[in-house]
Amino acid sequence: MKSLEELKKLREELQKEMLARNSKGKTKIVIGMGTCGIAAGAREVLQAVLQEIEKRKLDVVVSQTGCIGMCEKEPLLDVQLPGKDRITYGNVTKEDVQRIIVEHVINGNIVEDLVVARLEEGGE
Amino acid sequence: MEATIYRSHVLICTGTGCVSSGSGKIKERMVAELEERGLQKEVKIVDTGCHGFCEKGPIVIVYPEGVFYCQVDVEDVSEIVEEHLLKGRIVERLLYKEPLTEESIPSYNEIDFYKKQMRIALANCGRINPESIHEYIAVGGYEALGKALTEMTPEEVIEEVKKSGLRGRGGAGFPTGLKWELTRREKSDKKYLVCNADEGDPGAFMDRSLLEGDPHRIIEGMAIAAYAIGADEGYIYVRAEYPLAIHRLEVALEQAAELGLLGENILGSGFNFNLHIKKGAGAFVCGEETALMASIEGRRGMPRPKPPFPSVSGLWGKPTNINNVETFANVPYIINNGAEVYSAIGTEKSKGTKVFALTGKINNTGLVEVPMGITLREIIYDIGGGIRDGKELKAVQTGGPSGGCIPADLLDLPIDYESLTEVGAMMGSGGMVVMDESTCMVDVARFFLSFTQSESCGKCTPCREGTKRMLEILDRICAGEGREGDLELLEELGNHIKETSLCQLGGSAPNPVLSTLKYFRAEYEAHIKEKRCPANVCEGMKSAYVIDESVCIGCTACTRVCPVDAISGERKKPHYIDPDVCIACGACAAKCPVSAIAQG
Ligand SMILES: Cc1cc2nc3c(=O)[nH]c(=O)nc-3n(C[C@H](O)[C@H](O)[C@H](O)COP(=O)(O)O)c2cc1C
Repeated sequence: MKSLEELKKLREELQKEMLARNSKGKTKIVIGMGTCGIAAGAREVLQAVLQEIEKRKLDVVVSQTGCIGMCEKEPLLDVQLPGKDRITYGNVTKEDVQRIIVEHVINGNIVEDLVVARLEEGGE
Repeated sequence: MEATIYRSHVLICTGTGCVSSGSGKIKERMVAELEERGLQKEVKIVDTGCHGFCEKGPIVIVYPEGVFYCQVDVEDVSEIVEEHLLKGRIVERLLYKEPLTEESIPSYNEIDFYKKQMRIALANCGRINPESIHEYIAVGGYEALGKALTEMTPEEVIEEVKKSGLRGRGGAGFPTGLKWELTRREKSDKKYLVCNADEGDPGAFMDRSLLEGDPHRIIEGMAIAAYAIGADEGYIYVRAEYPLAIHRLEVALEQAAELGLLGENILGSGFNFNLHIKKGAGAFVCGEETALMASIEGRRGMPRPKPPFPSVSGLWGKPTNINNVETFANVPYIINNGAEVYSAIGTEKSKGTKVFALTGKINNTGLVEVPMGITLREIIYDIGGGIRDGKELKAVQTGGPSGGCIPADLLDLPIDYESLTEVGAMMGSGGMVVMDESTCMVDVARFFLSFTQSESCGKCTPCREGTKRMLEILDRICAGEGREGDLELLEELGNHIKETSLCQLGGSAPNPVLSTLKYFRAEYEAHIKEKRCPANVCEGMKSAYVIDESVCIGCTACTRVCPVDAISGERKKPHYIDPDVCIACGACAAKCPVSAIAQG
């Protein structure tokens, strides 16, 4: 490295790897991974999500949650953009993941036909 | 460079504390469990340095949730993987429980132990992998060095550090910016920079934790200091008993050199800086700066008179600036955030934060970093969780073996360099030992003095002979053979040693004795005049146990446990303890079903 500029550029690249440790103000994707979710294919959904994020170099935090009681709608996938409502999608398939990521996470448009619940920002 | 994104990071503490409680095995098992479930591409395992909460180790933190698992066993690993990493369910039973409320706290930042802390020096400890320069850079590392080298003159760096109010964290509290200026002013073809990582105070481990948990921060702080004073070569003097710290430093030095952050023409600025590690053999006196430099030069580690100060004549006679590890750890923060932000923290004369090693009869022990000016009460009750077993606080000993004891009624004292010295204690390197009612203050003073006495290098008479005589007097007081006039003699000796010793080893060694004499004189007098140790600690002075005849039911439980057959009496009749035979071990009182036995 020969200059402060180079150092700052390196930092920007490296920061992405540290994302999981700093989730404040970031878009969150939460996947239901209770026994019901896993049985319905949540693992495949999770892997598809991770692939999309990596492919598109997105600034997104992925976590998982247990059963929330809507087992017949599993796999469930929540998307929450910073400061926006938390949207729950149901019966999500691997194929739906790309649509959700492109339309909702990137362009900010909710994929209405897959929505099963909506939690207002601040409400939990 | 291709960045790999993991959805979850599992941070496993590999500080010395957690390693000795088994974190290595936990990591092995974690790797195996993740592979077994095909999670290795989604979950990243990160080795980190110390979180300061060693007592609760091994510590494992799972991100993005930031869940704090403590006292994790190898057997718990599969549950963490199965429940948390696979299914997203927190493993409740491994969470930290607040000692007072018994409440389980999932998140790192919500635990009382961390809530009141302010982490500047320790900011990255436990949060990044200390063996990865990339992680350090990702959190902004080496940008302060870049800023200093490209946007500031050496004089401006010194001015910024002076304005920040930073003072030496190695004990004496000398203003850091001023020290740099003194070394800068000297004209010389060669200057040196030294980092004091001898950390001789028993019980202190902040410097070790910093070197193990965030070695690049120390290197960065040193490089900035070297630029400011005009040195191109530096030494880190670290005790050989810190193998992990040395290893992490070696790795860090290599990585920094590889990226051009050490060596020639750093970041294209024309500034050169090379750093060496020097291992010390661990003598307490080698932490004293002139002894330390003698030791680096290969001579016997003994102090010499000052002046000349190191800034004038230090290593091999060249102008040398020496600072403590924690002092350097604060420097990148000051350069990045500016002097104003830093000096807004703390009291009028003591700025910023200080790391304390909190130990003793307290619920939460460990390393805590707090703003200057915080009260002892806040540290002991809010962060430390109060006194163990519901006992009463008696005193707090600060400043390491040559610090002083502060009595419980000064609990609301705001802590800074001046206030501690005023009450007869000191900041020192930041040791803090909490004592409860079962502690004998005479015994404590003797304990600390026996350490400094045996570490006295012997070069000057007051320290070598004086501490020995003081220790002899304390020994006899604790054995029940104290004499009239002993206390006055201790004070006279103590004050003389403080005034006439060559270095601050002797200059502070009498502190534990003098401060306990000041605040707990009655306890000394009880030992001498009544041949009684009020806390029942000193051997040979413990008072015998007595049975309350009106309560005793004659069950004979006590007779069966007494190791010296001091108890007699018929079944179903009150029993009796022969005070001349009783050794006050307390076994009978512990066995008595009706609490009829107590010390007389
Ligand atoms: C007996 C004795 C032991 C010392 N041990 C240490 C030590 O272990 N670490 C340290 O940083 N300073 C120690 N010091 C203080 C150093 O002499 C020196 O003041 C300090 O390293 C300066 O750095 P600072 O200005 O950053 O505090 C010791 C002093 C004495 C008299």
